[in-house]
Amino acid sequence: MPVSAANSQIVFDALKACGVRMISALPETWLVHLIRLADDDPEVTLVRLAKEEEGVGISMGAHLAGVKSAMLMQNHGFLAAINGIVSGAQLYRIPLLMLISDRGTFGERDPWQTEGGAVTEAVLTSLRIPIMRLDDPAKVALRINQAQTLAYSSNKAVAVLLTRDLMWEDA
Amino acid sequence: MKRLDALRAIYDQLNDCAVVTIMGAVAAELQSIGHRPNFFYLQHAMGLASSVGLGIALSRPSLPVVVFDGDGSLLMNLGGLSTLARYRPKNLLHVVFDNESLLSVGGFPTATGTCTRLAEVAAAAGVPRTACVTLIEEFMSEFAAAQRAGELTTLVAKVDAVGPAAFVTDLGLLENRFQFQRYLKSR
Repeated sequence: MPVSAANSQIVFDALKACGVRMISALPETWLVHLIRLADDDPEVTLVRLAKEEEGVGISMGAHLAGVKSAMLMQNHGFLAAINGIVSGAQLYRIPLLMLISDRGTFGERDPWQTEGGAVTEAVLTSLRIPIMRLDDPAKVALRINQAQTLAYSSNKAVAVLLTRDLMWEDA
Repeated sequence: MKRLDALRAIYDQLNDCAVVTIMGAVAAELQSIGHRPNFFYLQHAMGLASSVGLGIALSRPSLPVVVFDGDGSLLMNLGGLSTLARYRPKNLLHVVFDNESLLSVGGFPTATGTCTRLAEVAAAAGVPRTACVTLIEEFMSEFAAAQRAGELTTLVAKVDAVGPAAFVTDLGLLENRFQFQRYLKSR
């Protein structure tokens, strides 16, 4: 599978360096290594979800209880989580670090991903959620730290888009 | 049984718990008995109260957490029951007030009035302790038993479809949220 194991490790290490100790996730191809890394790490609680919107609630609870968390999801999972983001995290000013695999954009071969890819950034923008695109492995640690810093200083959600260039090796 | 009476009956047992409620009648009725800093009212995001409770329970395993859910809310997040069951935090007590109705928005019937049995759904999802009660004495004893059990419990309480006249209280949403966070920090 040409999902980048090396870059997945860099992303995971960056999350841990930021103090993330709880990660909610729903599997998708680009996220398999990241989810495995979270599952294997005894310092991280991985919460496998039935639907991504649950992850908003779990991150809300974790934040109120003093634990730093992150959400791992595909962009279609983000689309499935929107009401929770708006009427949970945004209404209650909860910092939310969302790592979203940006499927369905340039280079996408799976026809079923393409509609989601076409709307993801526009939906994030309409929700006033700042977007950080990760494509350079050398900058992953810095960018994830910056994203989390803004989430906490603003008490708001931020979106870190995991791009094809970062996650897929034969792009 | 009336939900307000059920809440009154176990109110003193909530002292040392982190309490998360759903929106609408449950939030307003609990506040009418008396707000405390350890109560968080999720005034929207229907379905996610149990997920918020799970996030707290997993983050703070030694802190007892009580979620007051409802049939309409739980039906919006049935998948969340499987997530609760998967991680089965011993410190989470999940109460579902089932009035077979979306009371806060006009009383439209939910599927629990005709066919869906939420305690059995929870059991089938893998929640280790479940019960469904109709009398207030049963509710009190099952609530106390769940608090003693030290095991994830979903307790469904069948209640009358009646609620308060108004749902908006004088407690601001953000005031509640920051007060609750400070409370958890102090524990």
